[in-house]
Amino acid sequence: MTTAATLPDLEELRDRIAAAETVVPVGGRTHWDVGGPAPIGVEVRAPAGVVSYDPAELTVTAGAGTTVADLAATLEDGGQECVLDPRDPAAATVGGTLASGLSGYRRLRYGSLRDRLLEVRFVTGDGRVVKGGGPTVKNVTGYDLPRLLVGSLGTIGVIVQVTLRCQPRPRHVTWAGTSGDPFEVRRRCFRPSCIAWDGGDTRVLLEGDPDDVAAELHAGGLTPGDRGPAWPDGPHRGRISVRPGRLCALADELGGVDGLRWVAEIGVGTVHVGADGPAPLAQARQAAEAAGGWLLREQGDGIDGFGAGLPNRQLMARIKTAFDPAGKLSPGRLPV
Amino acid sequence: MADLRAALGPDRARAEPLELALYQRDAGVDRGQAAAVCFPDTGDQLAAAVRIAARHDRPFVARGSGTGLAGGATPVGDPLVIVTTGLNRILEVDADERVAWVEPGVLNLDLSRAVHHLGLHYAPDPSSQQACTIGGNVATNAGGPHCLAAGVTAAHVLAVEVVLADGSVAMLGGLEPDAPGYDLRGCFVGSEGTMGVSGRIAVRLTPNPPAVRTLLLDFSTIEAAAATVSGIIAAGIVPAALEMMDAEITRAVEDFVGAGYPRDAAAVLLVELDGLPAGVEAQVEAVRRVGHEHGARTVRVAADDAERALLWKGRKSAFGAIARIAPDYYLHDAVVPRTKLVDVLRQVYAIAAEYDLTMMNVFHAGDGNLHPLIVFDQRTPGVWERVHAAGDAILRACVDAGGVLSGEHGIGLEKRDAMPLVFTPDDLDAQARLRDAFDPSGRANPEKILPSGSRCGELQRVPAGAWI
Repeated sequence: MTTAATLPDLEELRDRIAAAETVVPVGGRTHWDVGGPAPIGVEVRAPAGVVSYDPAELTVTAGAGTTVADLAATLEDGGQECVLDPRDPAAATVGGTLASGLSGYRRLRYGSLRDRLLEVRFVTGDGRVVKGGGPTVKNVTGYDLPRLLVGSLGTIGVIVQVTLRCQPRPRHVTWAGTSGDPFEVRRRCFRPSCIAWDGGDTRVLLEGDPDDVAAELHAGGLTPGDRGPAWPDGPHRGRISVRPGRLCALADELGGVDGLRWVAEIGVGTVHVGADGPAPLAQARQAAEAAGGWLLREQGDGIDGFGAGLPNRQLMARIKTAFDPAGKLSPGRLPV
Repeated sequence: MADLRAALGPDRARAEPLELALYQRDAGVDRGQAAAVCFPDTGDQLAAAVRIAARHDRPFVARGSGTGLAGGATPVGDPLVIVTTGLNRILEVDADERVAWVEPGVLNLDLSRAVHHLGLHYAPDPSSQQACTIGGNVATNAGGPHCLAAGVTAAHVLAVEVVLADGSVAMLGGLEPDAPGYDLRGCFVGSEGTMGVSGRIAVRLTPNPPAVRTLLLDFSTIEAAAATVSGIIAAGIVPAALEMMDAEITRAVEDFVGAGYPRDAAAVLLVELDGLPAGVEAQVEAVRRVGHEHGARTVRVAADDAERALLWKGRKSAFGAIARIAPDYYLHDAVVPRTKLVDVLRQVYAIAAEYDLTMMNVFHAGDGNLHPLIVFDQRTPGVWERVHAAGDAILRACVDAGGVLSGEHGIGLEKRDAMPLVFTPDDLDAQARLRDAFDPSGRANPEKILPSGSRCGELQRVPAGAWI
């Protein structure tokens, strides 16, 4: 069991937030372009450091400013992990990853990023500390504020401390590949962690008992090899969210966009897209919306954060106003 | 009533005293009084009922089968009760996307049965799954034995089409992996009917595991059983289910079902492991080893599906079995950190002794979700006062150990006034803001979850007969 001193006194942070006209929570700046444009204002940071970790509880409590890599190092000592999987774990903070709401590449097996967060403490725009959720792995005590905070892009409160669900590390991990039909891999394998497809090559992540992994390789017609997928890079990036059943049709459209690199998560419905300029992303957004989905900007400029307006905008606006009546928390990040 | 009868048909809106009496309460103990009861048969009728309530500025309470134990469906404030059990159609099953659209009145187990031939099931499995509805499961964010590894309802609901309190219809979430903006779906699941009524629900279906093994371990002390629970987790195993039953309930169940539970055990553990065969077999051996290290007297591995089903029948019949002991029971629900299980159990037994009550424990040990069960005969003078006082003491012991008020039943009316035990006024204020943003009128299942005084500036008042 690790128990650091409790988090540093939040007094100063609370005062700064309460006094500021505009508050901009900052983590590792690795998700800085996600959604609407970054506002200009008083930048505030959450404390870093693991507060408590007991492997027998399968939970960990940490300051939101802890980097994902530092958290992982602590959990490794207990033979565990917390599935956050941001692109840049060395720089990304736990709080920033949660606030951006981007689920990692192992979602197919482990579910959404939102399923990780058990308890959250955040500072409101008027400088109060609020706790939502609870520290136990199972809890229905009151309204689910943790789920509201995940993906809220700093517009509800400044996340300062979180309790997260952990899990035992798998005994064996391997990437494998095939040039065959990725949808067939999904039907044949019981519980792959990721099936990534770029239109030609399929890369599959298998985790578990070595004998089971071997059996899954066989069942899926996969060739082992430690190479993971080439996630699209470039100064302009985004992610498409579409019904998983529409990926095949959408892939045809994306294949016709000049200069667009993409990798789809089969069974999930996320398509990671990247390009050297904004135009291919704008075209990818059109294709996504035509397929009933949408594209979130993750990096670059030239296209806006969300494209078509948010659904249930009035309801979201009421929530935003209820938590931040002064409109001082990350204004513009979410178009509500 | 005239509006309701016009919109739903004359038989689908009732206000006779007998009908109203039937809907005074759920499976918990709190009673209320409905002004009228209606039984919509279609989504349009459901929305019409909510709109009629809005037009007449009347509160409304939606309910499924009424298996809730926290008074979440108890009518308060002279409301219209909307019974969703007629909305029981499975609308669409997409085996390839592993998604089903259902109406809120579909019974939990009926869904799993309907998709069984596709090699799929709906993972959350409350013990009441033969009777409880998916809509009710969404309202309470229901759990169940298999939620240890699979996660509770919130992890399995993709989208909910909701009738908000003003009668408007909103689709929260979607079949896409992410919806832009706030996670409204996540806010709605577990809101106990205070944010609106679900009209259609899209749930995730889970592939049936290729291998399943069920083990029964028995112990001569409850401490040894609890230590085994920690040992299993420490060995890097998260079983599909990990249930504990104490001596009293084990005997009661064995007398009732004849599942072959050892009648002289101080505690038994029911452990289910599932997944791919090699990993499952390795885990069976690991659980066997951990059990023996902690003094398990026997480790029985179910040989076939029939034996597995029998072992589970014992567990899931626990609440039927206690009817043979005393006519009434009061079931608690609280969660403590796993590592505090032994400590808290010891306190729970001491509390039962102090109040001279018969107590049994059958619970989801793997996630620390305690279900102390007090059995009694309410004809005994003064027994209710002791039952309530003991319940209050148990809840405080759980909170003192760092636990929470409810793991899967919800807060409802029963635990509403205990909320300040775990939340500060600022915490409760934030929750009230979220609730009010969904329902500014406050007419959706009023007086539930949040104690009065939760909103800043509201007068603090402690209701008579409350938990505090």
